[in-house]
Amino acid sequence: MTHDFSNLRVDFPVLDQHVGGHPLVYLDNAATTHKPRSVIDAVARFYERDNSNVHRGLHALSMRATDGYEAARARTAKFINAADPAEIVFTRGTSESVNLVAQSWGAANLKPGDVVLCTEMEHHSNLVPWQLITARTGATLRYVPVVGDDAEGGLDLEAVDRLLTPEVKLFAFTHISNTLGVTNPVKELCAKARAVGAISVIDAAQSAGHEMVDVQDMGCDFLAFSGHKMAAPTGIGVLYGRRELLDTMPPWQGGGGMIANVEYAASTWKPAPERFEAGTPNVADAIGLHAAIDYLDSVGRPALGAHESELAQMACSALSELPGIRILGPRPGSARAGMVNFAFRDVHAHDVVTFADQDGVALRGGHHCNQPLMRKLGLPSTIRASFYLYNTPADVHALVASMRKILKFFGAE
Amino acid sequence: MSDLTDLYQAVILAHNKRPRNRGKLPTATRVASGDNPTCGDNCTVYLCMDGEKIGAVSFEGSGCAISQASASLMTTQLVGKSPAEAESTFAEFKDIVTTGGEPEAFSEIAAFAGVHAFPARIKCATLAWHAALDALKQPDRPIDD
Repeated sequence: MTHDFSNLRVDFPVLDQHVGGHPLVYLDNAATTHKPRSVIDAVARFYERDNSNVHRGLHALSMRATDGYEAARARTAKFINAADPAEIVFTRGTSESVNLVAQSWGAANLKPGDVVLCTEMEHHSNLVPWQLITARTGATLRYVPVVGDDAEGGLDLEAVDRLLTPEVKLFAFTHISNTLGVTNPVKELCAKARAVGAISVIDAAQSAGHEMVDVQDMGCDFLAFSGHKMAAPTGIGVLYGRRELLDTMPPWQGGGGMIANVEYAASTWKPAPERFEAGTPNVADAIGLHAAIDYLDSVGRPALGAHESELAQMACSALSELPGIRILGPRPGSARAGMVNFAFRDVHAHDVVTFADQDGVALRGGHHCNQPLMRKLGLPSTIRASFYLYNTPADVHALVASMRKILKFFGAE
Repeated sequence: MSDLTDLYQAVILAHNKRPRNRGKLPTATRVASGDNPTCGDNCTVYLCMDGEKIGAVSFEGSGCAISQASASLMTTQLVGKSPAEAESTFAEFKDIVTTGGEPEAFSEIAAFAGVHAFPARIKCATLAWHAALDALKQPDRPIDD
């Protein structure tokens, strides 16, 4: 089934506006995506009709709120093919999910001599939490390098074999890089981690709302993603954890909702997932996430990812003809996820982004929360165009036309 | 909506293309750096004092056209000024980039008035100036490599 992507724009109210006198061309989707009407309505409906605290009240509204929140959990489990809804912990987003694993599993299991393996292409959210916990436990943090002057070779898979020693207790890696647009062979990486007895943690922030994500097929131990990067509200995220692991982990925050019994001297905890959800959870946005998942599945994820990837390849090929351009990640003509990250020799990224904004084209300029990699590649700042289901080939043309204009303006032809 | 030519004045484009006093100043006795962590811009300013006045200024670093042109132009504005005079020049510059006002006397810094319509870029324009004022507050000493 091929979906018609040309008319999805109308589902997103925010896209119906002009910026700089031009129709908005939103190409900053790797930072955050927009929300369809159905998600906005689901959140509004919750506040208008059902708003209440969960797991506490016996009144009608509290029961409805609890049912809505738990239905969102079950729907999320189905979305990533988790075996059990109890394997879904709601968090604020990918960063909090990774921090949860680091602070709970890491603090309980890491010791001096142990190694946490990560990769050079990680977003700060899957890098800094490991720096914090290795510093605290005395474990060592190592990185799998990327290959090529423009990281066009992706992850160095031979180095993975060399670095995955028995001392490695945890291997954390991204599914799709937010900086390079490369897709890592996550199933293979999980199998390699398992072979040395290491726990695997996948950052799925750039993949969950785009590609099929099947945690059982991947064979991962943990997987983290954010709602706001997949058409859901901000402030709701997911940590998937294998049940056997979650049940052995200590709480990382204490408070209401996570306890079984509290005495003045000590307390006992509920099982997962409640153990990891201290305090009143973000009920409304979990319900928004449910609506977003329904929306994405109505479009269909294999087609959605293919559509974005096609636009990114189209942009990559057209941009590669511009003078003095340097494109990161896969070479033009090669497969890439739905983004393209580039820099011009003669015009700084911030000047480009300001200029494009005047044409109504929203881009990201900067280090993309990946400072060490940018430093390694010798780039202080780059420009990223990232696509989602509502983007079209016309958006690619607008991007390329705007880039041509700025190069001309700065005399960089 | 402001036109981009208001932001990217000819003076700014010229300073960006051919920056003045770029590079390390071997005779410098004061140095300070600044950066914008969100965008990755950085700037180091070198000062050589001549008595109570600024004898020579240079800068190093990377950033957008606004930040580079501002640093370049700043080096031409500070020579011969006392620290107090440098501070009042920065105050005037800051006023221009935040309000779009005009300088009291004719000055190339007027070229930066267009920045006020682009609030996200004000920190680009002031980066080098903050580094220069930091450097001015330091005691004189030889610059380490």
